[in-house]
Amino acid sequence: MVSATQLQRQYAEYTTSLYHEGYLNDQFTQLQKLQDESDPDFLVGLVSVFIDDSKKLLDTLTTAFQQKTVDYKQVSLHVHRFKGSSSNIGAQRLMRVCVLFINYCKEKNLDGCLWCLQQANHEYILVRSKFKALFKLEKQILKAGGSIPMME
Amino acid sequence: METMNIACDQLRSANSKELHVLAVDDSNIDRKVIERLLKVSSFKVTVVDSGSRALQYLGLEDDKNSAQFDDLKVNLIMTDYSMPGMTGFELLKKIKNSSTLREIPVVIMSSENILTRIDRCLEEGAEDYLLKPVKLSDVRRLKDSILKSEGDDEFRQIESQKRKRNDDRSPQKPTPKLARL
Repeated sequence: MVSATQLQRQYAEYTTSLYHEGYLNDQFTQLQKLQDESDPDFLVGLVSVFIDDSKKLLDTLTTAFQQKTVDYKQVSLHVHRFKGSSSNIGAQRLMRVCVLFINYCKEKNLDGCLWCLQQANHEYILVRSKFKALFKLEKQILKAGGSIPMME
Repeated sequence: METMNIACDQLRSANSKELHVLAVDDSNIDRKVIERLLKVSSFKVTVVDSGSRALQYLGLEDDKNSAQFDDLKVNLIMTDYSMPGMTGFELLKKIKNSSTLREIPVVIMSSENILTRIDRCLEEGAEDYLLKPVKLSDVRRLKDSILKSEGDDEFRQIESQKRKRNDDRSPQKPTPKLARL
C-alpha cells in the first residue's frame, strides 16, 4: 500500500516534468487554484470538456483537408478556436502547434497544414494521457487521505 | 431627508450586494473558465454563447423596458472579441449606441495582442481589453474599478440631490438611477 506522502511526491515529480516538457504551463496551475469545496470537480470537468471538444475539432479539421478544395478561412477559424481552448487549459505544446498551423493556413501551405494537423493529433493524444495519469494520481492521493500538492 | 437615508443604505449595500456579470463567448471551455473566475470573485454570473443572445438577455432585441428586470440588472459585460456572427466589437457598438444599455461597462477579451484592435475597442467605449487567458488578478482589478465607479455614481447623485434640495427646497422624488440598486 503506497502512502499518501509517496504518492504526493510522485505527483509533484510528475507535474514538474510535465511543466518542463511543456505539456502544461502556469495557466493549469491557475485553474487548479480556482478549484475549491464549492466546485471540487471543476478541473476534471473542464479537462473532460476540453478533451471532447478537441476530438471534435480534430475530426472537423481532418474532414476539411479531405475536401477537393481546402477552405483555409474555415480551417483557420477552427484552429484559432483550438488554440484558444488549449491556451485556456494550459496545454502549451498543443497551443504552439496551433500557432504554427494558423500561419500555414495564412500561407495556404497544404503540406505545412497537413504536418500541423498530424502534430496536433499527436499532441492531443499525448496531453490526453498526461491528464488521465495526473487525475488518476490525484484520486489515489485523496483516497490515501492526503491532499494534492500545488505547483509553486 | 428620507431620500438621503435611502441613498446611503443603497450605497452601503452596493458593496455587499453581488455584482452581476454577463459573459459572452462562443467557446465552451472559455465560458467555463470565465464563469469560474467570476464566481470565485463573488460575482453573480450569466453566460451566453453569442452576441445576439447577449442582446436578447439584455432586453435590447425585445424592446423591453429594462426596469422590469431589476433582478437581472447587469453591472458588467465581458465579451470575447472573435466570435462568429456578431463579433465582440459589434456587440460593444450596439450596447454603447443604446440609450438603455450604454452605461453598462463592457470589457473585451481576446487572445490577440493587436494594438490597433485594442485602440479601436477603447475608442468605442470599452472599459478594458483583457488578454486571454484571463487571470484571477484581472477579474479582481475589474471588480475594484466597477465597485469604485458605482460608488462614485451614487456619491455624485447624493451630492446633486443635496444641491437640488438646497436650491428649491421642494420634496424630492428618488431618481431612477438610485432605484437601480
